[in-house]
Amino acid sequence: MFLISCPFCGEREQSEFKAGGEAHIVRPKQPTELSDDEWAEYLFMRKNIKGIQYERWNHIHGCRKWFNIIRDTSNDQIKAVYKMGEKPPVK
Amino acid sequence: MSNNLRFKTSKFIDETSRISFKFNNKTYFGFKGDTLASALLANGIHLIGRSFKYHRPRGIMTSGSEEPNAIIQLHDNSSRTEPNVRATEVEIYEGLVASSQNCWPSVNFDVGGINNLLSPILPAGFYYKTFMWPASFWEKYEYFIRKSAGLGKSPKVPDPDIYEHNYIHCDVLVIGAGISGIMAAKMAAKNGFKTLLVDEKSYLGGSSIYDSSEFSKINNQTTSSWLEKEINEISKLENLEIKIRTSIAAFHGYNFLLARENLTDHLPINQRENKVRHRLLKIRAKKVITATGSIERPLIFDNNDRPGILLSSAIKKYIDLYGVACGKNNVLFTNNDTVYETAMSLIQRGIKINAIIDNREQVDSKICYEVEKNNIKIYKGFSVVDTYGYRRINKISIMKLSKDGQTVIGDKTKLSCDCLGVSGGWTPAVHLFTQSGGKLKFREEDQVFIPDIYSSDQISIGSCNGDFSLEEIVKNTVSSLKKFLNIDNSEYKTIEIISGLNQSKRNIWLLPSDKSIGKTKSFVDYQNDATSKDIKLALREGFRSIEHVKRYTTTGMGTDQGKLGNMHALGIISETAGTKMGEHGTTTFRPPYTPLTFGTIVGRNVGEFFDIFRRTPIHDWHVANNAEFENVGQWKRAWYYPKENENMHQAVQRESKAARDSAGILDASTLGKIDIQGTDASEFLNRVYTNAWSKLAVGKCRYGLMLNEDGMVYDDGVTTRLGENHYIMTTTTGGAANVLGKLEDYLQTEWPELDVYLSSVTDHYATISVCGPNSKKIISKVIPDLDLSDEKFPHMSFKNAKIGNIKCRVMRISFTGEHSYEINIQANFGKSVWEKCMESGKEFNITPYGTETMHLLRAEKGFIIVGQDTDATLTPIDLQMDWIVSKKKYDFIGKRSLYRSDTIREDRKQLVGLLTENPEEVLEEGAQIVADIKKSPIEMLGHVTSSYYSPNLKKSIALGVVKGGKNMLGQKLIIPMENKNINVTVADPVFFDKEGERLNAKL
Ligand SMILES: [Zn+2]
Repeated sequence: MFLISCPFCGEREQSEFKAGGEAHIVRPKQPTELSDDEWAEYLFMRKNIKGIQYERWNHIHGCRKWFNIIRDTSNDQIKAVYKMGEKPPVK
Repeated sequence: MSNNLRFKTSKFIDETSRISFKFNNKTYFGFKGDTLASALLANGIHLIGRSFKYHRPRGIMTSGSEEPNAIIQLHDNSSRTEPNVRATEVEIYEGLVASSQNCWPSVNFDVGGINNLLSPILPAGFYYKTFMWPASFWEKYEYFIRKSAGLGKSPKVPDPDIYEHNYIHCDVLVIGAGISGIMAAKMAAKNGFKTLLVDEKSYLGGSSIYDSSEFSKINNQTTSSWLEKEINEISKLENLEIKIRTSIAAFHGYNFLLARENLTDHLPINQRENKVRHRLLKIRAKKVITATGSIERPLIFDNNDRPGILLSSAIKKYIDLYGVACGKNNVLFTNNDTVYETAMSLIQRGIKINAIIDNREQVDSKICYEVEKNNIKIYKGFSVVDTYGYRRINKISIMKLSKDGQTVIGDKTKLSCDCLGVSGGWTPAVHLFTQSGGKLKFREEDQVFIPDIYSSDQISIGSCNGDFSLEEIVKNTVSSLKKFLNIDNSEYKTIEIISGLNQSKRNIWLLPSDKSIGKTKSFVDYQNDATSKDIKLALREGFRSIEHVKRYTTTGMGTDQGKLGNMHALGIISETAGTKMGEHGTTTFRPPYTPLTFGTIVGRNVGEFFDIFRRTPIHDWHVANNAEFENVGQWKRAWYYPKENENMHQAVQRESKAARDSAGILDASTLGKIDIQGTDASEFLNRVYTNAWSKLAVGKCRYGLMLNEDGMVYDDGVTTRLGENHYIMTTTTGGAANVLGKLEDYLQTEWPELDVYLSSVTDHYATISVCGPNSKKIISKVIPDLDLSDEKFPHMSFKNAKIGNIKCRVMRISFTGEHSYEINIQANFGKSVWEKCMESGKEFNITPYGTETMHLLRAEKGFIIVGQDTDATLTPIDLQMDWIVSKKKYDFIGKRSLYRSDTIREDRKQLVGLLTENPEEVLEEGAQIVADIKKSPIEMLGHVTSSYYSPNLKKSIALGVVKGGKNMLGQKLIIPMENKNINVTVADPVFFDKEGERLNAKL
């Protein structure tokens, strides 16, 4: 169980949070204009990296805010935490 | 006879307090301070149980948590009974009752012992190879295998003890209170770190606390007297908390650790009342210092498992700490200097040592010379090749080792003994380090794995870090802690070590025998009866990965996780396969380090505290009126209200009839309620629901369907426009939290530009639904000021009203197809308004109904229940609810997915009604639906999702999903059941009042 530093509340235990999958996947503005393949790409395809991964997390049992983290999935080290809409800090 | 096994001794045993206990129904005596193992040994008992597979007699082998053999059933025949307890860890108390495991009818005569004779046909993988075929026989085999192999008995009644969980935060956690752990705790605490020191034993100081040898001294004092002063000093430190009988079960990432603190297991049963038995500590430490020491290795030779064969360090501990001699005629067998310390302890008390067998040709440390001086015969360059004695060792035979150590040569000499102490050197206890994600490296010189790369802010010190000599332990502990804690050491500036031991070792993983390997039984894993032969067989059969060999041979898979033999298994694998030791890595050490009871894991979360129950504000009324309850999510919902002798079916039939004939009342408080406000609220609803919301007038209600982005139905409910920028959304009972989460997700991450605020108000309101032809009359009595005319208050609209002085919201909406009203009122007035409705409805026979009747009534109308009729694979089109999907809206969640190639398939499962040929026959929910039962395999077309007997239609009705069902109206299908096939006809899912006349009927 790792610790996550919520950008609004500070460091809290992982059990307070909910993982929300890969970050920086933007919902297409005009879905109707996409082909089946393009839509499927948005809908289903997610990366599953061993190493540095950009992820969405939600402080579900806290402030309920969504934010992004950069996590090394091989050792659970969290490299950065940043708010929704912010650009990821450069590695 | 047994008396002379106990020697006058130390401060550790209180010889004034005699304790009686029972083992295998016989009464014995021990002293306060004894473990069950030491007390049994003092009574001359070595034989404790039978091995798992061959049922060979097994005795006490160790003196600690690594014990593989001496596992017992504690508190036999009581509610506290516990299997697989290590006798070496049980502190005895008055009245203790224990018995052997794995034997029937008794430990001395065991029927399963025949497996030992059959062992040539019970090799590794025997169960896999033999009993898996034919597959259908497995159930029969399993019964017998489990019966003869079971590891103890589980309790049959609830655990009477109390357990709890605690959180601990500290700067420094020190695991293990041996020399290095004590030093670490002192250095940390004295330098301002809030420190916690834990040790699994009942005393501090580890194995040095009972070591009074002249050959290991610190500052010219014996280690025991030096340590005693140190312990005395640290016990006064304010910054330091010390917990004994506390074992670390798991070391997770980020320095999160779980520990089990044992509080009452050493007390007599009558002193345990109302006390917490075990405490599960959840520890967050900024820094962790692991000082878990090392475990002595056994030696692998033929018949190395007989009772009376112990680790040499255990023999030393039993005599030094407990004053118990394990035997009267001892032989020690070693490849290193350790046994000479044991020998000195025995010599000091005049206990006979028949001989010492040492693998090494050269033995030249001070302590060895001292032992030789005492006229003990040392066979240098020899090895034990066999042992004798069924229930207790009585002889060994030894032979000279060849130069390369691969064979034995010369004559066989037999030596008598009643106890054989073995030492194969030491294995650092790196289990916790690897659990935490640390990486090991292999040290060639003495063939040990030691910590290499740490995954968090932690350090391993002492012998768990591969420092075995006293000098190394002390010096390295000081220097590495100065760095790790970033402190200037003033505690141990001058420290003088005297040690009479050398670190030389002649490591041979599998000792040679004069027999062929097929004829030997040299055990690597004692508890699971895995031999070196089994490991070699696995390699011959092509297994290479250590993880595969482990599973095939079951090496290391017992309750002790192979703490003794895992290294030998690795050694034998690499020798046989001709690879290097380090290349194989080790098997994974998994938590817990030692087994935890279920009680410890669940803590206080038992019985009514297992999960949270949510109760509606009207709950007490339901209880008082004989309701049966069902769990919906965390809610307790009234299920039905049986009268007198009614069963569930009768109650539901009565309730359903009454609701349509006159009036019914339902507690709908559990429905999720989300308050939505903001200037973009309408736009937001447009995006999350499939239908259009912009044109909904203030004061009107609308049913909405919510999809996932993949087009599948997610939730549904009625949303009401309370004001220009204000809505209240209802969700399904079970979906409330998830819907709010999903809406928040979209708002925060996809549409942050929308001015919308969401609040969960589920608990704020009680919701009372009154339905039926007389509902209007009843509501007019409850709220006389409210104009209920169809013109002023039509179906799907809402009014603010007052009951007395209390504001409430009234919606005219219906989930039953009847004319009905829903009153939403501040939760704490819920019960009184409910009672008022009951009072006002008395003359109309108002009938409270529960969730079962609600389900039946809506099924008559063909209304879906999300989660019952849907399962995240159905689109609104599949549900024949095309009418609710807006064609005009440019976008909403899931819209694009409704015309993916998969979702437009004609043969998708679609919701249909089902009518049985025999109207009295009620289908089983979940039953499969097929068309052709002659074809094999039978093609499954779908399944029944909802099924009831309708008292209003006087026939059985059902909903189901069927492939291509939309175009099958009137078609005959079959529901094959165990004893019969039921014929059904596909029908319109709306069974009752198809035109919806009852909603708008003039009342
Ligand atoms: Zn937060």
